[in-house]
Amino acid sequence: MENKPLIVEIKNLYKSYRRGNQTIPVLQDIDLDIAEGEFLALMGPSGSGKSTLLNLIAGIDKADSGMIKVVDVDINSLTETDLARWRAGNVGFVFQFYNLIPVLTAYENVELPLLLTGLSGKEKREHVETALRVVNLSDRVDHYPGQLSGGQQQRVAIARAIVTDPNIIVADEPTGDLDRVSAEEILELMERLVHELGKTIIMVTHDPRAAKMAHIIRHLDKGVLDHNNANSQTHI
Amino acid sequence: MQILKLIYKNAFRHRLRTFLTIAGISIAILSFGLLRTVISAWYVGVEASAANRLVTRNSISIIFPLPLSYQEKIRQIDGVKTVSYGNWFGGVYIDEKNFFANFAVEPESYLELYPEYVLPPAQKTAFLRDRKAFMAGRKLAERYKWKLGDTIILKGTIFPGDWDFVLSAIYKGRDKNIDESQFIFHWDYLNESIKKTAPRRADQVGFYMVGIKNPIYAAEVSNAIDRTFKNSLAETITETEKAFQLGFISMSEAIVIAIQMVSFVVIIIIMAVVANTMAMTARERFGEYAVLKTLGFGGPYIIGLIFGESLLITSIGCILGIVLTFPAAHAFGSVMSQFFPVFNVSVKTIYLEIVSSVIVGITAAIIPSYRAVNIRIADGLRRIG
Repeated sequence: MENKPLIVEIKNLYKSYRRGNQTIPVLQDIDLDIAEGEFLALMGPSGSGKSTLLNLIAGIDKADSGMIKVVDVDINSLTETDLARWRAGNVGFVFQFYNLIPVLTAYENVELPLLLTGLSGKEKREHVETALRVVNLSDRVDHYPGQLSGGQQQRVAIARAIVTDPNIIVADEPTGDLDRVSAEEILELMERLVHELGKTIIMVTHDPRAAKMAHIIRHLDKGVLDHNNANSQTHI
Repeated sequence: MQILKLIYKNAFRHRLRTFLTIAGISIAILSFGLLRTVISAWYVGVEASAANRLVTRNSISIIFPLPLSYQEKIRQIDGVKTVSYGNWFGGVYIDEKNFFANFAVEPESYLELYPEYVLPPAQKTAFLRDRKAFMAGRKLAERYKWKLGDTIILKGTIFPGDWDFVLSAIYKGRDKNIDESQFIFHWDYLNESIKKTAPRRADQVGFYMVGIKNPIYAAEVSNAIDRTFKNSLAETITETEKAFQLGFISMSEAIVIAIQMVSFVVIIIIMAVVANTMAMTARERFGEYAVLKTLGFGGPYIIGLIFGESLLITSIGCILGIVLTFPAAHAFGSVMSQFFPVFNVSVKTIYLEIVSSVIVGITAAIIPSYRAVNIRIADGLRRIG
């Protein structure tokens, strides 16, 4: 895995929020490299800054300072419009609460990111059908989110995340709202995405069982990332 | 799956709220349409006036008469083609609540001046031949179920006594804006009776209607008529028929302005209602907008969704409102036919209804769109769950 090129390079990253007159540091001096095809779990207590770090890597938030290069692009220097375009082409998102559009069917939810591509109708259909097949939901295409179980909804969300064939998939507590069986199914599916499709996954989780599925576990505490010591960085 | 499909599905996500909003818009558009039609009905006399007709009246007030002898002098003025004359009769049919306009006119010249009153040739002949004959508008005859040959009695208020008339002709309006509820009879009948009962009031007319050869010279002809009678016992004011009608409307201008203001207030109220609906809708969906932004959809897409939904809801409400305006106007016009003899929904009113709806739809979507576009993705995502 060490020979693989880096897909995420973070150096001296700082992020803070303002609350009234106060500046609250969230991330401090973060250095992190992630190679292509890795499955990395970010762990830490609530408020440690792990979701913020995930948001910065995914380009949905901006750092105060430091360098954050993802797929060879310094995303901190991109405008909002360019960042949106970049996200559409490079990042797939999986959220804790699935975040599907309730009035759209499973098929239409998965098709959503493809509306921003120049694909023809036929190509879009092929992509959507493939993505739904990967998550084993070909028989639920016409179901609305409300007609699906939590595990099935999360699989639809994963299909939506992979349908554009992105370089990175970011997952924020993907099993946080699921029962144990469904959570295991989702984790197995994510592992398949890494092993069979060569995707890079960065996952935020509280769940040690979920983290065990990752190749690497990194810990954040009070905005500070562990320094690659043996106890906190774990290669599975 | 396209944006239009998502707009449609979003619009009917909360069906009760959407239907109530649509109902509110429909009622507002209907009210707006009716109020605009009332204003149009007020101006119907102005719209029906012809550019080649002048009205000459006493310069002091219309209630003061002019001598009949002015007729020939007016006729001799250069540019004048036809001269007719008449009096407001002010008769009451059975009861005062049965109001309709009734005039005594010189019938032959009057019909020549007003070709928009269309009546069958046989009825016209009958009307011109009999001094006690009168012609009624189609709507008036229908309202009181009068038939040709019926004898109708009016009680005179300005000219006391019971006056009996025979219905000889029923006219129709050539155009939609022609008043079909008038009662027109022979001025000679009135004058001859007055000669017997109040000789000093005889041979006097309330106004002259003057047909001119070329409308371009209306001002010159008007001035010439008024100059002719300057320093006489009865000086005149001559103006175009349109100006004469506008002069009448100006007396009730405050009411017209009040109705206009109310019609716009209705639109402002519904604008606030739709804006509230859209604000609630957008607030509920901030999480979804954040998801869309996360997936790479930009501000224009989010704006398109919110504006599209707002415009879809207002458009449905507008169409329903317009469709309902016609039967409502018909019912209103029937009930109020004494006051508004012509009560038609004009094309301009329909356009105003459409424009109002579009303005409501756009205005209601501005603030929710601004908020949805400017919400940070991380903040939007936090609203889910």
